[in-house]
Amino acid sequence: MSIWEYANPKKFMQTSAWALPWVTGLAAITLVAGLVWGFFFTPEAANFGTTVKIIYIHVPSAMMAINIWVMMLVTSLIWLIRRHHVSALAAKAAAPVGLVMTLIALFTGAIWGQPMWGTWWEWDPRLTSFLILGLFYLGYIALWQAIDNPDTAADLTGVLCLVGSVFALLSRYAVNFWNQGLHQGASLSVDKQENVSDVYWYPLLLCITGFILLFIMLVLTRTRTEVRLRRLKALEARERLA
Amino acid sequence: MLAIESLAVARGGVAILEGVSFALSAGQALVLRGPNGCGKTTLLRTIAGLQPPLAGRIVAPGDVIAYGAHADGLKATLSVVENLHFWAAVYGQPARVATALAEMNLAALAHRAAMSLSAGQKRRLGLARLLVTGRPVWVLDEPTISLDAASVELFANALRAHLGTGGAALIATHIDIGLVATATLDLTAHKARAPQDGGAAGGFDEAFA
Amino acid sequence: MIALLARDLRLAVRAGGGFGLSLAFFLIVTVLVPFGVGPEGGTLARIAPGILWVGALLACLLSLDRIYALDFEDGSLDLLATAPIPMEAVVSVKALAHWLTTGLPLVLAAPVFGVLLHLPGPAFVWLVLSLGVGTPALSVLGAFGAALTVGLKRGGLLLSLLVLPLYMPTLIFGAELIARGASGGATTTPLLMLAGITAATVALVPFAAAAAIRVNLR
Repeated sequence: MSIWEYANPKKFMQTSAWALPWVTGLAAITLVAGLVWGFFFTPEAANFGTTVKIIYIHVPSAMMAINIWVMMLVTSLIWLIRRHHVSALAAKAAAPVGLVMTLIALFTGAIWGQPMWGTWWEWDPRLTSFLILGLFYLGYIALWQAIDNPDTAADLTGVLCLVGSVFALLSRYAVNFWNQGLHQGASLSVDKQENVSDVYWYPLLLCITGFILLFIMLVLTRTRTEVRLRRLKALEARERLA
Repeated sequence: MLAIESLAVARGGVAILEGVSFALSAGQALVLRGPNGCGKTTLLRTIAGLQPPLAGRIVAPGDVIAYGAHADGLKATLSVVENLHFWAAVYGQPARVATALAEMNLAALAHRAAMSLSAGQKRRLGLARLLVTGRPVWVLDEPTISLDAASVELFANALRAHLGTGGAALIATHIDIGLVATATLDLTAHKARAPQDGGAAGGFDEAFA
Repeated sequence: MIALLARDLRLAVRAGGGFGLSLAFFLIVTVLVPFGVGPEGGTLARIAPGILWVGALLACLLSLDRIYALDFEDGSLDLLATAPIPMEAVVSVKALAHWLTTGLPLVLAAPVFGVLLHLPGPAFVWLVLSLGVGTPALSVLGAFGAALTVGLKRGGLLLSLLVLPLYMPTLIFGAELIARGASGGATTTPLLMLAGITAATVALVPFAAAAAIRVNLR
C-alpha cells in the first residue's frame, strides 16, 4: 500500500468523492465558528480599534497565498519526477485559488492599512512581495491557458514553477533590501504566537484551519474537474484518430 | 546499425503506432509507406530522438543518425554555401561542403542567398546538408518533395553512393526512388489498438486503468 | 558552438535592426520620460537610475521572442536538437548572441542617455558597471521565457508576463547600485548581489530553458 496509489486518477476520484462532503462540512463549520467568534466575541484592541478584526481574513489568506505556491511547487516536482497526471492537474487547480488568496490578502490589507497607516497602498516589502507573488500566479495561470497539449503544458508550467519559486524568494529578499517598510513584523504568524494574546489567538487559529480546509475543498473540487476535462480531451483525441 | 524493437509511438498523447520492429544494417535502405496521418513523421521524429517512445526500444550507437525533416532549416539571408558551412561546422565536417555542393548540383548557386532559391533548389540544399553531416544513418521525411525528375535522380545517386559506402537510410516517401536493394515497411499494419483492446496506453490512458 | 554564435550574429546583422531597434527603443523611452515628469534637473537626476534600468529592461524584452521563433519556424531547431551540440549549449549561445546584439549596445550607449537625464558625474561608472553585470542575466532569463513560449503562435505578450517578474531582483539591485553610486553610498552589497544573480542565472537557467525546448519540440 503506497501513498502513490492515490495518484492514480481512478483511485483519486473515488477517494476525493468520499472525502469531499466531509471536508466541505468541516470547512464551513470552522470558518463560520472562527469568523463569528473573531468578529463578535473578541474585545476591541486598545490601539487598533475595530479594524483589527480584519486579521481573521487577512492573516489566513496571506498564509494560504504563500502555502498554495509551495503546494504547487511540490506537486509540480512530483509531476516532473514521477509523471503522475493528478499531481500536475492539482497544481493547475490550485493556482487560481492561490491568486484569489493573494488578492484577498492585498485588498484586506489595503482596507486595514487605510485607517492604520493613513494610506491604501505603501511600497512596503511585505506588500510588494505579495504583489510580485500575484504576478507569478498570473504568469503561471496564463502559461497553462496558452498551451493546447496538456502534457506539454504540465511540463512547461512545472519548469516555470520551479524557476519562479527561486526568483520569488529572491525577490522577497531584494525587496527587503530595497525598502525597509512599515508593516509590523511577523507578529501574527504561527511561530511568534506569544506576541498575540490568547483572546485573539484562538479564533485566529480557527480561521486559519478554516481557510486550509476551504482550500483543500476547493482544490479537490477543481482537480476533479481538471481530471474529467483531461479525460475528455484524451477521449476526443482518440476519437479523432480512429 | 539501427534496430527498432516493438516500438510504440504517440502523437498528442495518443498512441498511433505500435509493434514496429525492424533492423537496418550497413548498405540497406528501408522505405516507410502508409497513408497521410498514419504516423510516419512521428515515428521518424521518435527514432531521431526528438520525442520519447511510448514503449519499445531504439538500439543504435551514439551519433549515427542524421535527421532530415519536411523543413530544411535554411536561413533565407545566408547564402547556400554559408548555410552548408554552418551545418558542416556543427557536425565537425568542414571538408565535406565542396563535395556536397557538387553532388547536389548546387555549385553554380553557391553564393546565392537561400531566399532566392526555388522550392526544389531549397530541397536540394536541404539534402546537401544531410551529406555534410557525415552521419551513417539517414532518417528522412519525404526527401523528394518538390524535386523534379532530374533532381530525384541526383538524390537517388547520392543515396546509392551513401549505401555503397556502408551507410543506411530510413525513408518515408510516396514515390518510387528506383533503388534495387530496398525493403518496404507498410505502417498501416502497425496501427495502434485502443488500450481496452490491449494496445499500449498513452498520455492519460493509464489514468483509468 | 562558435559556428552557431557566428551564424546568429550574422543573421542579426543581415536582418537589419538587430542592433539598431532595441537601441532606438531605449533612446525613445529615455527621451519620453522628461516629457512625462517635467524638465527639472533634480527630479530627473533622482529617477535616472530607475529609468535607465527600466528602459534597458524593456528594450531587452522587445527582441526576446526572436531568440528561437525563426529557428522553430524553419525547422532549424529540430535539426539543432538532433545535432551533436547539447541543447543547453544552444540555449547559452543564443542567449549570448542576444546579449551581444541587445545588452552590450545598451551598456555602451547608456552613458549618453545618462547625460540626457542629468545623471550625476560619479554615477556614470556605476551605470556602466551595473548594466554590464546585470544585462547578461536579462538575456538568459529571456531565453528561458522564450523557450517556454516557443511553440505558441502569439507568445509575445505572454512572454513579457512570464519574464518580467523574473527580472525584478536584477532590476532592484541594478538600480540600487547606480543610486548608491550616485549618492556615494555603500555599493558592495548591491554589486555582489547583482553579480551573484547573474552568475547563478547564467550557470543554471540554461538547463531549465533546454528542458523547456525539448518539451516544446516533442
